[in-house]
Amino acid sequence: AASRTTYRWGRAGGGGAAGPGPAGADTVSAPAQGGGSAVIDMENMDDTSGSSFEDMGEMHQRMKEEEEEAEGEAGAGEEEDGEFLGMKGLRGQLGRQVADQMWQVGKRQASRAFSLYANIDILRPYFDVEPVQVRARLLESMIPVKMINFPQKIAGELYGPLMLVFTLVAILLHGMKTSDTIIREGTLMGTAIGTCFGYWLGVSSFMYFLAYLCNAQITMVQMLSLLGYGLFGHCITLLVTYNIHFHSLFYIFWLVVGGLSTLRMVAVLVSRTVGHTQRLILCGTLAALHMLFLLYLHFAYHKVVEGILDTLEGPNMPPFQRVARDIPVVSNAVLNTTAKAIALTL
Amino acid sequence: FPGLADVSISQDIPVEGEITVPVGSNSPDEDYSTLDEPVKDTIMRDLKAVGKKFVHVMYPRKSSALLRDWDLWGPLVLCVALALMLQGGSADSKDDGGPQFAEVFVIIWFGAVVITLNSKLLGGTISFFQSLCVLGYCVMPLTVAMLVCRLVLLAGGGTVSFIIRLIVVGAMFAWSTLASTAFLADSQPPNRKALVVYPIFLFYFVISWMILTFTPQ
Repeated sequence: AASRTTYRWGRAGGGGAAGPGPAGADTVSAPAQGGGSAVIDMENMDDTSGSSFEDMGEMHQRMKEEEEEAEGEAGAGEEEDGEFLGMKGLRGQLGRQVADQMWQVGKRQASRAFSLYANIDILRPYFDVEPVQVRARLLESMIPVKMINFPQKIAGELYGPLMLVFTLVAILLHGMKTSDTIIREGTLMGTAIGTCFGYWLGVSSFMYFLAYLCNAQITMVQMLSLLGYGLFGHCITLLVTYNIHFHSLFYIFWLVVGGLSTLRMVAVLVSRTVGHTQRLILCGTLAALHMLFLLYLHFAYHKVVEGILDTLEGPNMPPFQRVARDIPVVSNAVLNTTAKAIALTL
Repeated sequence: FPGLADVSISQDIPVEGEITVPVGSNSPDEDYSTLDEPVKDTIMRDLKAVGKKFVHVMYPRKSSALLRDWDLWGPLVLCVALALMLQGGSADSKDDGGPQFAEVFVIIWFGAVVITLNSKLLGGTISFFQSLCVLGYCVMPLTVAMLVCRLVLLAGGGTVSFIIRLIVVGAMFAWSTLASTAFLADSQPPNRKALVVYPIFLFYFVISWMILTFTPQ
C-alpha cells in the first residue's frame, strides 16, 4: 500500500470498510455512534488516488454509511461544505427537492380545500332578490293564507331574514339601553346577537327536525326563510313597545301582530303536511315558540315603568341613576304623555 | 423532430431585427430601493396616502382613489380612537351599561365584514378589502361626532345638551351613510342599490346609537 494517508469510511469501531479503498489509519473524523458532526477533512480528499472508480466506490459507500448514521443524528447532514457538492451535495439536493415537492403538494391541497369551503358563491343564489320582492314578502308575512289544502310556495331567500335578524338585534340593543339592563356575564352586544341568531338558527333547526319526523315537505333554507320573515312581526312589536311603555298596549300588539305572523307561518306549514297529528305537533310547537319568544324579549329587557320606580325610591335615588336616564326622560315622557292623551280621547 | 424536417426559410424574406436584449428597466431597482430610503420618507408617504383618503371621505366625490389603493391604517386608527372614547370608564360592576373597548372593536369590524359579504353576494364588483377600507374610512364623521359629544358632556348633562348631541350625531350619521353609499353603491347593479344601502344604514345607526347613549361616569 502506498504510504499515503488514507482514511476509513465508516463508523469508528463499526462496520468494516467495504470499499476498494485500503483500510488505514483514521484520519477523517468519522461520526461517532450517534454523535458528532459529519466533518470532512478536505486535505485528505485530495490525496485519493487518481482512479475515479475508487472514488465512486468510496463515494457510494460514504453515502450509504451516512444514511444509516443520519437516522441517529437528524440534520447533521445539512452542515455541508459548499465546495465539494459531489457527495453531500447530492444527498442535500435530493432532500431539498423532496421537501420542496411535498410543500407544493401540500399547498395545492390546502388551497383547493379552501376554495371549496370558503367559496361564498354557494350562498349566492339565496341572495338573488329585488327590493320589490323583499317588500312584498315582508308584507305577505303578516297575512295568513286561506288555502291550506294546497302546498304554499315558500321563497328560499336569505337576504330578508338576515336583515330582519340584524334589525331585531339593533332594536334589542335600544331596548336594553333604555331599560338599563345590567348584563353581568358578557356584553350587551354579545347578548343581543346571541339571542337573535340563536333563536333564528336554533328554532329553525329544531322545526326542520320536527318537520322531518312529521313528513312535512320543507327544506332547511325554506324553514330559515319562513321563520326569518316571521320575525318582522316581532320587530314591529318591540319597536313600538320599547318606547311606549304600557303593558296593555304590549299585550294587544302581542296578540294581534304576533298572532298574525304566527298564523301565517302555521298555515304555510299546515299546507305542506299531511295527517292531523303531525299538523298539530308542528303547528303547536311553532306557535308556542314564536309567541313565547316575543314575550321573553319584552319582559327580559323591559324597562320598569318610570312612575313605579319613582314612587318606590322617592327622593333617595342615587345620582348616577339619574344621569343614565338622560335619554328616556326626554323621549319617553313625550311619548307617554302623547299615548295617554290618545287613550283618553278614544 | 420529424415535423421540422421540411421547414425552410424562403430566400425572399429578409430576416432582420435586433439581437441585443434590451437592458432591464430601472423599475425593479426602484421597488427595491425603498429599502434604502430614510424611514421618514416611508412614513410620510403612507401618512400622505391616509390623509388623502380622509379628505376624500370629507368631500365625497366619485373618485376612485379610495378604492384603487386601499389601506386599512385609517380604519384601524379611527376604530381604536372611537373605542377608547366609548369606554365605559368605571370598573364598577353595578353599572355595566357602557360598551367596553373590545365590544366596539368587534362590532365595527364584524359589521364591516358582514356588509362586505352581503354586497358581494348581491353581485357587487368591489373586492373584500376595498369595501372594508371604504366602510372603515367612513366612520370618520362619527368619530368627530363622538369628540363633540364628549366636549358637550363636559359642559354638563341635561335636555339642551341632549338636543345638541342628537343633532350633531344625526348629521354625522347621515354624512357617513351618504359617503359610504357614494362609493359602494356604484359597484352594484342599479336596481339593487337599496338592498346594499340598508345594512350600511343599520351599521352606522348602531354606532350612532352607541355614541348618543354614551354617558361618562
